[in-house]
Amino acid sequence: MTSSLQQETFDCRKIFAETLIELARQNERIVVVCNDSVGSSNLNDFKKEFPDRLINVGIAEQNMIGVAAGLANSGFIPFVSCAGPFLSGRALEQVKADVAYNMYPVILCAQSPGVSYGELGPTHHSIEDFSWIRALTDITLLSPADPKQTKDAILWAAKANKPVYMRVNRFKIPKTTPEHSPFEVGKALVLKKGKDVTLITTGILVSRALEASSILEEQGISTRVLNIHTINPLDKEAILAAASETRGIVTMEEAITTGGLGAAVAEVVVEHHPTKMRILGVSHFAPTGSASFLLDHFGLSVENIVKSAYELVR
Amino acid sequence: MTGMQGVLGKNDKDRLLKLSQIAAEIRIDIVNTIAAAKMGHIGGDFSVTDILVSLFFGVMNYKSQEPHWADRDRFILSKGHCSAALYSVMAKAGYFKHEQLGEFMQPLSFLGGHPNRRKLAGIEANTGPLGHGLPIGVGCATGAKLAKKTCRTFVVLGDGELQEGSNWEAAMYAGHRKLENLMAIVDRNRLQQGAGTEDTNALDPLPDKWRSFGWDAYELDGHNFQELLEVMDAPFTGKPKVIIANTIKGKGVSFIENRVEWHHKVPSAEQNVQAIKELTHS
Repeated sequence: MTSSLQQETFDCRKIFAETLIELARQNERIVVVCNDSVGSSNLNDFKKEFPDRLINVGIAEQNMIGVAAGLANSGFIPFVSCAGPFLSGRALEQVKADVAYNMYPVILCAQSPGVSYGELGPTHHSIEDFSWIRALTDITLLSPADPKQTKDAILWAAKANKPVYMRVNRFKIPKTTPEHSPFEVGKALVLKKGKDVTLITTGILVSRALEASSILEEQGISTRVLNIHTINPLDKEAILAAASETRGIVTMEEAITTGGLGAAVAEVVVEHHPTKMRILGVSHFAPTGSASFLLDHFGLSVENIVKSAYELVR
Repeated sequence: MTGMQGVLGKNDKDRLLKLSQIAAEIRIDIVNTIAAAKMGHIGGDFSVTDILVSLFFGVMNYKSQEPHWADRDRFILSKGHCSAALYSVMAKAGYFKHEQLGEFMQPLSFLGGHPNRRKLAGIEANTGPLGHGLPIGVGCATGAKLAKKTCRTFVVLGDGELQEGSNWEAAMYAGHRKLENLMAIVDRNRLQQGAGTEDTNALDPLPDKWRSFGWDAYELDGHNFQELLEVMDAPFTGKPKVIIANTIKGKGVSFIENRVEWHHKVPSAEQNVQAIKELTHS
């Protein structure tokens, strides 16, 4: 079961491209570095307005990250835009050494992350990024849930003066973030304040968690919903409150569960306040299928989220 | 200080003599630094010394007392394992006190086995894993052009590290973008950690490879200051420039020269005495 609600959905790449143009008009230090991904990153309008500030290195991701680090050395604020799997995986050592260890303010924007490339298969699925980037110190790891958070993340990163990795989702999702809610990096967004069970999630799965919580509420289970848009640094306080105030935690992520969001939550819980958990996410190289088919295949359907939460509290 | 040309002699002969003297002092510093730490990469330190001396005391513009000066030339030692040579040069250039070389690789030292910009201002990039310096240099050069600054970027590469593909991604892009403010200097000592480069994964014909990527390529004696300075000082011709500097690994000490085992072997106490004797009388 996927979405039962009929609501308008959005592709975050559009707001990504619009926000970068807006920023670049205000600040001439903003540049974009990409790998032949002008079209897929929706950067044609940026290129038209700022041709010199769109640096397309071609299909060469290791060089792309190094060039971004060098641009930061020269005082620029580089946004690197590249399909997720090739940004985090192909150039991981460059992300570690050139960006994180050098502490250069490069904003790594992973386009079309998770399983959003569906039928293109596991080589094109960026499911390891939470684990890999989380293992690097000194990178803020952001996973915005919708267009508002995508825009907020970009605006924050442009001023942060430190390394940032963020996902830019293409999977069409509804808005889930209240219009006036602040984007506080490192602080979970509490979308529902339930008392029986907690759903902790991020990115495109926030809307599914909200749907699941509505079904659980109908069954008389009071459900807390946390949107962890910042995976590093993690909001330990919100997680510990969930562990001590509700009877169990279900995490769900569009990522491999080894070392991902669920593992990060579990590390906090097991050390400070052990509680029952269910960790939902990608568990192996995906079979062929659309992104939405794959989410269901890996147990990230609304139905399975409900079932997992129910098992914890019954 | 802005560059070091000011401390050099007025005519070419004085200038070259001064550089040779500095290089001899640097090699002695390297021996002492490695002897104290009982660690280091002496072979590559000695092959790259004259290149570093040429850059820091003959060519580059920088202010060692103002290491973040925005208009400085950028220098990246891509072969970061030769940090003892770089630190010795930077100490002499005034980035830190000469006696602090004794902290090389000591616990919590700012002078680690590989350069770290968070610990030592003046380091532009933390290097060590090979194949990282040139892409970062391409970014620095691109940034200088975008900002309409005249500063240049110099990247020193080991020859063995050219086996890393990332260099060629960067070389291809720099040639395509005609980055005439970027210079790569290859320390062509023909030895890598375990064997000769040509016996491992051959690099020759090296100048042709760079030229085919759109660079101006020069091959010269990497221990000849006159040759080094002539090419380093010559104006760019609308292309990035590469110097294939033919060098001798371990240059200056007879029992280290051209011996593959001296990649990171540490001299004994007797060998240190012998090395310093040879360097003092060279």
